[in-house]
Amino acid sequence: MAVKNKKLNLKDKYQYLTRDMAWEPTYQKMEDIYPDERFEGIKIVDWSQWEDPFRLTMDAYWKYQAEKEKKLYAIFDAFAQNNGHQNISDARYVNALKLFLSGVSPLEHAAFQGYAKVGRQFSGAGARVACQMQAIDELRHSQTQQHAMSHYNKHFNGLHDAPHMHDRVWFLSVPKSFFDDARTAGPFEFLTAISFSFEYVLTNLLFVPFMSGAAYNGDMATVTFGFSAQSDEARHMTLGLEVIKFILEQHEDNVPIVQRWIDKWFWRGFRLLSLVSMMMDYMLPNKVMSWAEAWEVYYEQNGGALFKDLERYGIRPPKYQDVANDAKHHLSHQLWTTFYQYSQATNFHTWIPEKQEMDWMSEKYPESFDKYYRPRYEYLAKEAAAGHRFYNNTLPQLCQVCQVPTLFTEMGAPTKLSHRQVVHEGERYHFCSEACCEIFEHEPEKYVQAWLPVHQIYQGNCEGADVETVVQKYYHINIGEDNFEYLGSPDHKHWMTIKGQKPADDNQDAA
Amino acid sequence: MSQLVFIVFQDNDNARYLAEAVMEDNPEAEIQHQPAMIRIQAEKRLVINRETMEEKLGRDWDVQEMLIDVISIGGNVDEDDDHFILEWK
Repeated sequence: MAVKNKKLNLKDKYQYLTRDMAWEPTYQKMEDIYPDERFEGIKIVDWSQWEDPFRLTMDAYWKYQAEKEKKLYAIFDAFAQNNGHQNISDARYVNALKLFLSGVSPLEHAAFQGYAKVGRQFSGAGARVACQMQAIDELRHSQTQQHAMSHYNKHFNGLHDAPHMHDRVWFLSVPKSFFDDARTAGPFEFLTAISFSFEYVLTNLLFVPFMSGAAYNGDMATVTFGFSAQSDEARHMTLGLEVIKFILEQHEDNVPIVQRWIDKWFWRGFRLLSLVSMMMDYMLPNKVMSWAEAWEVYYEQNGGALFKDLERYGIRPPKYQDVANDAKHHLSHQLWTTFYQYSQATNFHTWIPEKQEMDWMSEKYPESFDKYYRPRYEYLAKEAAAGHRFYNNTLPQLCQVCQVPTLFTEMGAPTKLSHRQVVHEGERYHFCSEACCEIFEHEPEKYVQAWLPVHQIYQGNCEGADVETVVQKYYHINIGEDNFEYLGSPDHKHWMTIKGQKPADDNQDAA
Repeated sequence: MSQLVFIVFQDNDNARYLAEAVMEDNPEAEIQHQPAMIRIQAEKRLVINRETMEEKLGRDWDVQEMLIDVISIGGNVDEDDDHFILEWK
């Protein structure tokens, strides 16, 4: 028996181990097995046209993922054993991780659930396999992020109860509602929302420049999980692009449906990423790249190339991209000045940027920073120095769709608040923008159900009516430890001790 | 309008060979070094050839091995046993 063990080429292997593993059902009708495939109006003529350009099969998937995990956990071990948290640029940086762990990591878990669900809903085997792999990837991301940050949780405040906070805290309803919106849509809208608009068009902004920034701030653990996760994203992004091309090529009736989803989910993702703009410009003490620069590279340049490629299908760039492009000069500053005022109700600290940081912002934002934002910080700094560190005790008005407080300004008019309202069945609803208002008007029956944290507090559903009770009892934010100003906080004092700049308080453990 | 494809690698030993191979096979590409990462962009098309990588490494190399070191990509992907291609057509 001298048969040569010939290795299959990639294309054949993909065919045998993916498509050929599926079968035509005979006992049940396809539409009974896959009941959710048609209600959105998307027409699929031929599932065999589905292509996975990576041609990844399950055996290769396990092999490469195992290798990634081994590398990742070796670094986590080294980081923890060598007290890596002592080598970061400054403890203010850790506040970005608090936001990440409570805002982003639970989204990875929501993505896992989402892909596990839609992976069951497609009658095409190629799509099911791709969704299955992505579901496992997303679970891995959620777990590795929690493992990476568990080391920080031993030394800093605000990281102790992220999943609980994700479901309750006012600003965390922004990421939570984003994914809930996607997961409660049909399977094709979910893929357009997450695989295409989020993964392909927008997540680079979080996982590439921010993670590079984590490295630049000495955080070996975070950059490693970030890049390890993002190595899966390269696959997810490819899936996202293939999904869109596949749906558009299947039937011309799909084009207007997909265009509406792209308009909606670009905007929803852009609003969600406003949190990242603030992480990049304000929460990385050593700066790599401004939000505006990252937006130019990863959206204007790369997104521009992408939408040019999609022109042939009759797809145009997202409807409100001009508003988003204009906002790059203002976004991070408007967000940070808002969070600065509401630090009594966050699991992370805020602060006034230091002088050299403000000079960096003047240089990076020549059109906006000195004119609109520096004076605000100078005023707030003066107030703080006089013993009146400002906290805003009025609860913010939230947008019914994106759930961000209505804090943004109009395009081309950075001192004019952007606000829209509509009356629907006798109730008045408020929005941060024309784009969010339009999303509501298309599906009011969905968005009237939004769980708006501020409304819930006023309705008495959050264990109390005063901020202190809600923050401590309902959010599990420890008052005086996790929240308020960074300067003088326990984290700040602890960091000074680590750096040998000031003796420890009597009751504080040394690192 | 310019239409760039791009690929980003972790800045590690494996990826340095990848970056070298990419720059050799795509001489018009632009390489950018940022903290912990290497970003390469080019007009319309970038290719990674298995043959070039095997020369650089002095061993057999499976195109799918790049999955371990790549952070991000932009462009349509076409992968087979000999190439990894990023393209806007």
